[in-house]
Amino acid sequence: MEREIRLPISEEEARALRVEDILYLTGTLFTARDEAHHRMLEAHRLGEAIPFRPDEMALFHCGPVVRRAEEGWEVVAAGPTTSVRMELFEDDFLRAFGTRIVIGKGGMGERTQAALEETGAVYVHYTGGAGALAAKRIVAVSDVHWLEELGMPEAAWIFAVERFGPLLVTMDSAGGNLYRELEPTIARNRDAIFARIDEAHGG
Amino acid sequence: MANTGVLVERLAEAIGRAATRLPEDVVRALESARAAERSARAAAQLDAILENVRIASDEGVPLCQDTGIQTFFVEAGVGSPFLADLRGWIGEAVVRATEETPLRPNTVHPLTGANPGDNSGVGMPVIHWDLVDGEDLRITILPKGGGSENMSALKMLPPGVGIAGIKKAIVDHVIACGGKPCPPTVLGIGIGGGADAAMKLGKHALLRPVGSAHPDDRVAALEEELLELVNETGVGAMGVGGDTSCLAVHVEIAHRHPASLPLGILVQCWADRRAAVLIAADGTLEVV
Repeated sequence: MEREIRLPISEEEARALRVEDILYLTGTLFTARDEAHHRMLEAHRLGEAIPFRPDEMALFHCGPVVRRAEEGWEVVAAGPTTSVRMELFEDDFLRAFGTRIVIGKGGMGERTQAALEETGAVYVHYTGGAGALAAKRIVAVSDVHWLEELGMPEAAWIFAVERFGPLLVTMDSAGGNLYRELEPTIARNRDAIFARIDEAHGG
Repeated sequence: MANTGVLVERLAEAIGRAATRLPEDVVRALESARAAERSARAAAQLDAILENVRIASDEGVPLCQDTGIQTFFVEAGVGSPFLADLRGWIGEAVVRATEETPLRPNTVHPLTGANPGDNSGVGMPVIHWDLVDGEDLRITILPKGGGSENMSALKMLPPGVGIAGIKKAIVDHVIACGGKPCPPTVLGIGIGGGADAAMKLGKHALLRPVGSAHPDDRVAALEEELLELVNETGVGAMGVGGDTSCLAVHVEIAHRHPASLPLGILVQCWADRRAAVLIAADGTLEVV
């Protein structure tokens, strides 16, 4: 089902989202790859404040190309990065910061799935490599944090977006997981392919 | 005599073109995949990809925020007067394109993580040299993204598994990769040669236009069969399930040690970006 989402969203709204839903987001995103996750989790551990509200924004696994504009910054390309790198700490991150929508590509693992279910959040898939398309839907760069320290791809960029999508929900808070649902089909296909190879080679 | 400034400028333009415009053969393959796709989820991914390709081309912006590690393949005519200059020119052109296109500063020190900010660095950009007859320098640019490069693999198979074992290893690899390398991918397969040679053959195989057949009929038949097999996995565009997991499989071979069966699997994302230029002995550069 196609849904227009205006951020921030409540836990109740996030828990109503299901695998196969297609979302278009309007509101604010923050980008975080490995380094920004580390930086934020470290601050959380030390009891330091984060200079923005991760609970009111969607988290975007993205290392954008950004350039200086006359005033502030302009996004050139900003597609998703491979999410599974963040599997090592995303569950801690969701528990620490209460972010309700995680945007990335390729899906995540069991630890993140468990944290989505526990905290009431979803993982949504954005088309990998669609950097120019994503940049079109980012209407402003509101801020950037830790740019000097982490560099352009790893910094936390704050983007104002309008109808950012299409985002396909692939992991939800009710245990729905598109990747897991595809596994039996792919396993059957593999068996059929291997049988065909064996037959061709007289195995 | 060559005008170094102009040559570096033209090389930088070619690097920028590779980042912003997808080769026609890749666009056609993506359009065919979209037309044939039966899964609505995968079709939506392919629609987004094709819209993204149009926006990047119309606006002259990079297709993907991961503008890759700039990788160059030089067929260097031994009679070229510029053999000693080319490495320096390519390095300067990458720095210039980083500013002008712009490209994402992607090179970080492997031990400290420090990013020089201009895609320079130890061993960067990567340049592969092949010496050939003649006076021309033919340079192919392959910007290689991290997501797909992370999925490239070397398998040292026991020779006893034979061709069937090679086919199974490739099918299993495509399944294991899932959506991570941004399918539909192009696979560059290197068979034989040794560990290093198999990987290099696979990367060279990625330079061929999508859908081109190998001149050796036996290799061409294997390419065709492999493409059919990997597309029966059902992994699909972006791993959301669908008909096209790969746009093409290109195979290159070399003789091997009787005790070794090296298999290089080089994975390229759907954004199979390439550009080529030729520098003649008179110092002129043309886009090829």
